[in-house]
Amino acid sequence: MTIGTFDTSNLNVGQKVAVKYFTVALVLFVAQILFGLLAGIQFIAPDFLYNVLDFNVNRMVHINAMIVWMLFGFIGSVYWLVEDESGVPLVGAKLANLNFWIFTIAVAVVVVVYLFVQIGPGTHSSIWLINEGREYIEAPRWADIGITVCVLIFFYNVAATFMKGKWSGISGVLVFDLVALAGLYVVGMFFTPNISMDQYWWWWVIHLWVEATWEVLVGCIMAWGLMKTLGARRKIVTTWLYIEVALMFGSGILGLGHHYFWIGTPEYWFSIGGFFSALEPIPLVAMVVHAVYDSGVHRFRNGNHPALAWLIAHAFGNFFGAGVWGFMHTLPQINLYTHGTQWTASHGHLAFFGAYATIIIAVMYIAVQRWRGGVWMSGDMPGNGWKWKWSFGLLNVGVLGMTMALLIAGYEQSFVERALEGSTWGGYFAGQTQPWFIQGMEWRMVFGWVTAAGIALLVWDLATIGRGETRTAIDPEAEQRQALATA
Amino acid sequence: MSAAPWWASEDLWRKWAIWITAFMAVVLIFLTFDSVAKITAGSDRVPGYDVINKRIYYVFNAERNMQEPVIGADAPLFGKMLSAEEAEDLVTLGKLTVQAKNCMNCHTLLGNGAYYAPDLTKAWLDQGWGAESVREQLMVTFLMDPTANARTYGTGRRMPQLGITEPEARGVVAFLKWMSSIDTNGFPKGFKPIQQEAMK
Repeated sequence: MTIGTFDTSNLNVGQKVAVKYFTVALVLFVAQILFGLLAGIQFIAPDFLYNVLDFNVNRMVHINAMIVWMLFGFIGSVYWLVEDESGVPLVGAKLANLNFWIFTIAVAVVVVVYLFVQIGPGTHSSIWLINEGREYIEAPRWADIGITVCVLIFFYNVAATFMKGKWSGISGVLVFDLVALAGLYVVGMFFTPNISMDQYWWWWVIHLWVEATWEVLVGCIMAWGLMKTLGARRKIVTTWLYIEVALMFGSGILGLGHHYFWIGTPEYWFSIGGFFSALEPIPLVAMVVHAVYDSGVHRFRNGNHPALAWLIAHAFGNFFGAGVWGFMHTLPQINLYTHGTQWTASHGHLAFFGAYATIIIAVMYIAVQRWRGGVWMSGDMPGNGWKWKWSFGLLNVGVLGMTMALLIAGYEQSFVERALEGSTWGGYFAGQTQPWFIQGMEWRMVFGWVTAAGIALLVWDLATIGRGETRTAIDPEAEQRQALATA
Repeated sequence: MSAAPWWASEDLWRKWAIWITAFMAVVLIFLTFDSVAKITAGSDRVPGYDVINKRIYYVFNAERNMQEPVIGADAPLFGKMLSAEEAEDLVTLGKLTVQAKNCMNCHTLLGNGAYYAPDLTKAWLDQGWGAESVREQLMVTFLMDPTANARTYGTGRRMPQLGITEPEARGVVAFLKWMSSIDTNGFPKGFKPIQQEAMK
């Protein structure tokens, strides 16, 4: 074991695979921000890259890079913890490595086609080879099939490892959740001219991923992360995880109904979608209570300050971004005016960042710590840890700023376009040219640059934190074990 | 340390997690069977594709307290009555074009998509096309050369050149006309449709 330098001999086999996924995730995270900046500029200067790299292309890469970097982040996180949690080496390590390269090359090909081919004629072959044209799951059909195969191989690695080693509450929930995650993706893989039917199943994928299975997946990572960083007791985090699963699936599965208000589906979804989606914030409150309570019980004594900070940011970001911002416009009486406006963009930015980006960054910090041989990452870091603190601040302030700017634009849009102007195209443009809307877009851009500065600093910090460090980290898990043994 | 009370036991919550998840999944599956039947093309809420042969109105229904599409007399698209099969083929071409040209990453359809350009749910019925008599041709001309025919309403945002051919443009118009006939529970709210011939 070497300390203070990146040395893969510090990692187990699963962790070696994990850091590859984290590296690609980080590259795609940077791409997400870059293309977000381009799309943001086009709101202010619409001639920018017109007919070269149009808004639809930039926006597609922006949201697809996000989905894929988060997926890579989750896969990396699971590979990271699988040996630790199962107690045995990763099963099918060679396959896992091969799978990583196939997955990464496929993603690269898809992005190159997005950027250089962009669109095709109105034929099935365009949908199979270029772009499926359905928000969030634009990846062409060949890539859909590839993604499913890659996720199944990943699933095999994880399930087979737990089957060989030991099961726990966390791994049980995790494996069950991965089955649902892979299975749900498949229901979106078909073409129909019927837009209502298309969107009905499309929401099965999008909603049941991001508002159900992804949430449970991060619940598992959170449970494991609190044990690692704080030394929280397994029994407590597992019980909380079950509570979260019960509340999350209890509210989130039928909460799907809030996407079925206006797509041609029957009126009973008003009551079902409204009621269950109003309950959706409850598990997120539970997660905040859980994280903050555990941190308090352990008096914040932890071995990895950046990771714990990001875990706490996750708990609050998930609650505010997904919970509060979602709830604000989830009831049909309000959603009638806000659906399809910048409200959704406001909610989307805070929710994806708060619920998912934060926790993946936390695991990345846990990963670099171990990769450098379990270096000291608590207080008294060189430079007082200014890089992680500033990147943490810039990213959070940047995303929160964009969220508020988009929210104001969204308020204005729903009042002017919907309430006053009767939702016509004339009404749409009346809303878009309102000074308050334009100011909203300008402020979003300012905070977009703040976010970009934050990510630059984050990449720099992840590459350098702990370099040359000679002290080893506090191990709260071992301290807990010792304390219990003494008692 | 004392044992956890019954309501905080790991075992209890594991059972709850399993039963609640299973129950909700079963309810969703039942509702899906019902909803899928109600949104199949040719149902009350989602008309068949040959609705493009008819005039489509958007009127206020006092009982439901919302606007809803009403299908009127014959008004064939591009002056030609189509069989059910021909209509489906044309709408299919339109939908394929909408996907292949990535319309949804600027526009919203049924309110879903991106917010850089206007919602297309009721595009067929929008006042922006001026008179009913020229609407179809205006739409085709616009789609085939959006740069030259740009109407930005002061935003400066123009639709890009997407290489849409005439058959594709006609398909898109057919798709938009069909989409405007879907009963979207009053979305978008308070929509003021284009002036059309009186309802017959």
